Amino acid sequence: MEIIMSILAGFLFTVGLYLILTKNLIRIIIGSSVLSHGAHLLLLTMAGLKTGAPPLLGLEADTYVDPLPQALILTAIVISFGVTSFILVLGYRTYKVTGAAETDQLRGTDTDE
Amino acid sequence: MFTILHLAIIAPFLAAVLVPLLYKFIPRIHTGWFVLIVPIILFSYFLSYLPEVSGTGSVMKTFEWIPSLGINYIAYVDGLGLLFALLITGIGALVVLYSIYYLDKHKEQLNNFYTYLLLFMGAMLGLTLSDNLIVLYTFWEITSISSFLLISYWYTKEKSRYGALKSLLITVMGGFALLVGFVLIASVTGTYSIRGILEASDQLADSPLFLPAMLLILLGAFTKSAQFPFHIWLPDAMEAPTPVSAYLHSATMVKAGIYLVARMTPLFAVSAYWFWLVTGFGLLTLIWGSLSAIRQTDLKGILAYSTVSQLGMILSMLGAGAAALHYDSIDNNAYTIAVAAAIFHLINHATYKGSLFMMVGIIDHETGTRDIRRLGGLMTLMPISFTIAVIGGFSMAGLPPFNGFLSKEMFFMSMVEITHFPQYSVDSIGILLPIVAWTASIFTFVYCMMLVFRTFTGKLQKEKLPTKPHEAPFGMLLSPLILVALVVFIGFFPNTLVPTIIEPAMASIMPELAQTGSFGVDIYFWHGFSLELFMTIGVVLLGTAIFLALQKWNKMHVIFPENRLFNQAYNRSLEGLDRSSHALMSWHMTGLVRDYFIYIFSFTVVLLLFSLFGTGAFTIDVENMVPVSPYEAILSLVLVGSSLILMFTRSRLKAVISLGALGYTVALFFVLFRAPDLALTQLTIETVSVTLFLLCFYHFPQIFDALKETKFHAVNFVISATVGLTVTLIGLSASGTRLFPAISDYFLENSYKEAGGNNVVNVILVDFRGFDTLLEILVLAIASLGVYSLIKLRLAGGENK
Repeated sequence: MEIIMSILAGFLFTVGLYLILTKNLIRIIIGSSVLSHGAHLLLLTMAGLKTGAPPLLGLEADTYVDPLPQALILTAIVISFGVTSFILVLGYRTYKVTGAAETDQLRGTDTDE
Repeated sequence: MFTILHLAIIAPFLAAVLVPLLYKFIPRIHTGWFVLIVPIILFSYFLSYLPEVSGTGSVMKTFEWIPSLGINYIAYVDGLGLLFALLITGIGALVVLYSIYYLDKHKEQLNNFYTYLLLFMGAMLGLTLSDNLIVLYTFWEITSISSFLLISYWYTKEKSRYGALKSLLITVMGGFALLVGFVLIASVTGTYSIRGILEASDQLADSPLFLPAMLLILLGAFTKSAQFPFHIWLPDAMEAPTPVSAYLHSATMVKAGIYLVARMTPLFAVSAYWFWLVTGFGLLTLIWGSLSAIRQTDLKGILAYSTVSQLGMILSMLGAGAAALHYDSIDNNAYTIAVAAAIFHLINHATYKGSLFMMVGIIDHETGTRDIRRLGGLMTLMPISFTIAVIGGFSMAGLPPFNGFLSKEMFFMSMVEITHFPQYSVDSIGILLPIVAWTASIFTFVYCMMLVFRTFTGKLQKEKLPTKPHEAPFGMLLSPLILVALVVFIGFFPNTLVPTIIEPAMASIMPELAQTGSFGVDIYFWHGFSLELFMTIGVVLLGTAIFLALQKWNKMHVIFPENRLFNQAYNRSLEGLDRSSHALMSWHMTGLVRDYFIYIFSFTVVLLLFSLFGTGAFTIDVENMVPVSPYEAILSLVLVGSSLILMFTRSRLKAVISLGALGYTVALFFVLFRAPDLALTQLTIETVSVTLFLLCFYHFPQIFDALKETKFHAVNFVISATVGLTVTLIGLSASGTRLFPAISDYFLENSYKEAGGNNVVNVILVDFRGFDTLLEILVLAIASLGVYSLIKLRLAGGENK
C-alpha cells in the first residue's frame, strides 16, 4: 500500500505541476490545489499507514497511529484552502481588470513603471 | 585603554556628525569656520609627537575593543605615520580655510561637502596610524568612498558622475586586490599586525605566497596612487571642487599608495621583482604623466597629469631605495639617499602642488575659465596669484632656490647612484633609469613653464573670459601664500626637516638599518660642479627650447600615442560588462512565471536526487507494508482518473467537478488511514472550495473560456513527471525508515495528562502547538481580508469591462 500511495502522491505532484506550468490562470489555480493534495498524502504515507487505532485516546487501543503528521496536515489543509481561495479571487479580479486569462499577457516589460 | 590618540583619530568622524546640524541651525556663519577647528587642533596635537618619534622612536596605544576575541584597536605612531598625519591635518586645515572662500555659503550644499571632507580626513588618519592590516584596509576603502562622494559633489554634472564612478571602480578594484594580499600575508605569518608581520618577514620571504601577495598589494597601491596604466581616473577626478583636488587628489589620498609601498618596503625589498616593478612603473608613470601634461589645455588637467607624474617619481625613488636594504649597515650605503629623497619630495610636492591647485582655483573663480588658450596677461591684474604661481611652478620645475630644486637634485643623485647597484642586472640596463628620469624632468620643466607663462604673460584676451578678472580676496590667497612660504622656507632651511621628520620616517621604512646608526642626511644647494648640476642645467636649457618651440610642436599628438587608449579600454570594458550582464539577465529572466517555476523545480529535483542517491539514502523496506484492500484500489483508480481529466479536459464544468472528486477521494483516504479529523476537515473544505469555484464560474464564465485551448506540452510534462518521480522515490525511502524515535509518543502520553483531551490531534493543534494555530488563523484572516477587498474594491479607472 505504501508503494501505491507513494506513486499516487508522485502522480498528484506531476499533474499539479503540469497544470501550474501552463499559461492558463485557472489551470494554475487548480494545479496548486492538486499539488497540496499530493503533499498531504505524501506526509501521511511517510509517517506509516495503519499502524494503530485513530489517535483518539477514548478508544483505549494498544497502539495509535502517529498523531503529529495529522496535525501538520490539518494545518496544511486549512492554509492551502486559504491560498487557493485567495489566488482564485486574485485571478478573477485580474481577469476583470486586465482582461487577461494567461500569464503571458500579464508579463511586464522593463519600460513599465 | 581609550586614549587621546584614539580620540584624535576618530575626531573627524565625530565632527562629521555635527556638520549637518551646524549647517542647519547656524546658517549665518559659513560652516567651514567650525570645521577648520578640527584639523588645526589635530595638527598641533600631532606636532607634540615630534620629539617622541625622533630617531627611531614610536608610540603605540592599544584600545582593547573586543578583548575576548583579541580584537584590539592599536594606534601606532612612528616617523612615517606621523609624517602623513601632519600632512593630512596641516594641508587639511589650509584646504578648509581656502574652501571657506571658494564655496559660496548661499549656493553650495556645505553640509555635504564638509561631512565628506571630514570623513576623508578621519579615514586617512586611521589608515596611516593603524597597526592592523584589516583596519588599514577598512580605512583605505573609506577614503575611496569619500573620494567618490567628493568628486561627484556637483552631482548634477554628467562629467562629475563619470569621474566619480571611474575613480571608485578603479580604486576599489585595487582595494579588493589589497585585501586578498593582506589575507595571504596573514595566512603565512599568522598575524594581521604590521609590526608582527615585519618581524616574521623571513617566514614570508620563503613562502610561495610571497610573490602573489606582493603583486596584489602593489596593484592596490598603484591604483590608489594613479600609476600607469591606472592613472586614467585622476584627470577625470578633477571634476571635483578645487579644494578637493588640492587635498585628496594631490596632497593626501593619492599618497596612500605611496604610504603602503613605504610601509611594505621592509617586507618585500629583498625581491628583485619589487625593485623593478616599483622603480619601473614609477619611472614609466613619471615620463608618461609629464608627456601627457604638456598636451593639456586645461590648467587642472596639467596639474592632474603632473600629479600622476610626480607620484611616479616618488615611487621610483622608493623602489630604488629598496636597494639599501640589501646591506646590513648604514655606513657607505649610498642607496638610502633615494628613500630620503622620496620622503623629502613627498613633503615638497604637497606644498607646491597644493599652492598651485589653489592658484588654479583662484584663476577659475576670478576669470571663469581654466583654459590656457583663453587665458593670458593676468600678471598685472593678479600679481599675488602670479607670485604664487611662479614660486610653486618653479619649485615643481626644479629650479633654485626652492625646495623642488633640492629634491630634484636628490632624485637625480639617487638615480645615478642606483646604476652602481651590483644586483638584479642593474649594471646592464640600469643606465636607462637616470636617462628616463632626466628626459621626464625636461617635460616636467616644460609644463611648469606653460602653467606659469601661458596664464600670466602674453596678451590679455578679455573678450574670451566669462567674467572681468581681478585679484582674489585675501582669505582665498592666505592658504596658498602659507604654502609658498613653506616652499621658500624649506628651500632655504631644508635641514630643519631632517631630524624631525625625514630621518624618523626613513627609520620606519628601513628599521633594521636605523639600528646601526644615524642616516646622516644633509641637504644643501651647492654640491660643486657635479653630474646632477649639469643634469639640471641640461633640463633648463632643453626645456626652455621645447617650451618656446611648443606651438610648432602640435604634431606631438600624432607621434605620441593617445592617452585615450586606456580610457577607451576602460569605457569599453564598462560597456561590455553592462551589455553582457544585461544579456545574461534577459536570457534567463524572461518575465514569465512559468520559466521561473521551471528553474526552481529543476534545481529542486537535481538537489533532491543528488542527495538521495549521493548519500545512499534510497531504500525500500517491503517488510512492514500493509496489504492493499480492494476498497483502496478503487479509490486509487478514482484519484488517477479524476486527475487525468483535470489534466486534459477542455470543459470548465468537468474541471471543477473532477477537482471536487479528487478532494473527496483524498478525504476518503484519510478515513481509511485512521485520520478522522482530517477527513472531516477535508470534506468541509472541499465543499467550500468547489462552491467557490462554481461561484466564480457562475459570475464570470468567460475566465474559464481559456481552458478550451489546450495543447500537450512535452517539456512541461517531462519536468513535472521528474518531480513526481522524485517525490515517489522520497516517499518510498521515507516510509520505511525511522532514524530517530518519533516525538509523537510524548503527545500520546501527555495529551490527557497535561491538556485533558482525548483527541490527540486536536490537543496538539489547540494546546501543544497553540501558537502555530493562532498564526494559522492569522494567515486565514489575511487571506479572507484579501479575498473580500479584491471582490469589493473598485479602483478608479481600473475596470475594463
